[in-house]
Amino acid sequence: MDNPYLADITRGIFKENPIFRLVLGMCPTLAITVLIKNGLGMGLAVIAVLTCSNVVVSSLRRYIPEQVRIPCYIVIIATFVTIIEMVLQAYVPALYAALGVFVPLIVVNCIILGRAEAFAGKQPVLRSLCDGIGSGVGFTLGLLLLSVVREIFGSGTFLAETNYAVQLFGPNFEPMRIFAQPAGAFIVLGLLLALTNIVFKRLQID
Amino acid sequence: MEKLISILFIYILVDNFVLQRFFGICPFLGVSRKMETAMGMGMAVVFVITLATLVTWLIHYYVLVPLGLVFLQLVTFILVIAGLVQLVETFLRKASPTLYQGLGIYLPLITTNCAVLAVALLAVRQEFSLLESVVFGIAASLGFWMALVIMSGIRERLDLTRVPEALQGTAITLITAGILSLAFMGFKGMLTF
Repeated sequence: MDNPYLADITRGIFKENPIFRLVLGMCPTLAITVLIKNGLGMGLAVIAVLTCSNVVVSSLRRYIPEQVRIPCYIVIIATFVTIIEMVLQAYVPALYAALGVFVPLIVVNCIILGRAEAFAGKQPVLRSLCDGIGSGVGFTLGLLLLSVVREIFGSGTFLAETNYAVQLFGPNFEPMRIFAQPAGAFIVLGLLLALTNIVFKRLQID
Repeated sequence: MEKLISILFIYILVDNFVLQRFFGICPFLGVSRKMETAMGMGMAVVFVITLATLVTWLIHYYVLVPLGLVFLQLVTFILVIAGLVQLVETFLRKASPTLYQGLGIYLPLITTNCAVLAVALLAVRQEFSLLESVVFGIAASLGFWMALVIMSGIRERLDLTRVPEALQGTAITLITAGILSLAFMGFKGMLTF
């Protein structure tokens, strides 16, 4: 644990997991986790934006005046989100359509601005890179957990709309639609949060 | 006229921005602890969203489209919103100190409320006219305000009950929001364009 770079990565995944510990970035978390594919796509987009913005914010930290740092961070983040938006639109149009307006809304995802403000604005470039990867991976794992539960119960499938799609239950299975509905998203996340509270307490990670 | 009224009802009840569309969840969870703060935040959001929708619509159709700069839409919109929030804050401090006392602390938080950017982007994406966009902004923010106030009422009562340890904090709030969202599903399909 004396390696600070490794600590930066693992902190974002466990101790300061964006979804289960910090409860940040809830809008995309709840909205797009109907299918595992969407959750993974959003997670990868956030990892890319978060890592790039952390690196740029950190390398410019000596030149950004204290008073206007928030608008500067937002412009940096918005630039990378625009790039990601164009990449998704060009290479995976189906995913882009499924994520909808939540792709541009990565700009106002509190995790990214939060990491810029709390970490990258003060720390050296390499550590900010590790922090970006760690928080991004932690966010993605949270999205995956939620979307696995919601897809299995809500649609009765695993990895639907990909080459590895599996129909989990027999042909007479009636999917529990509530899991795919907005109400189900709130309830499943609430229960997962309670579960992680118990697990973290048992393991005494706090 | 008919379309304006249906936009108003759809985005307040049927497609509520918080409970059905998941925009603005962070402030919904963060400032819904007390009825008083919920009212303040709600008012500030109605004010900023309506103004921001108006300004971003004008910028999109009169600056970005004629100049062929639509790819800068995201950067422009977020900067306009951030600037607008700052402007409103400065203006209120001078013009109406009482209102500023009420809204002041909530205003800076609104920049990162994704409902503001979502309304601005969706108004353009759904090709609403200027008047429709403004009504859309009013409806979406009134829906946000309503959800926030209902939630704060529930949470004030929740404070007086014994919640299991693991569920305390955000977990029970999310489950409550889920039940609230379930209730709003009753409006589904009542109105469409």
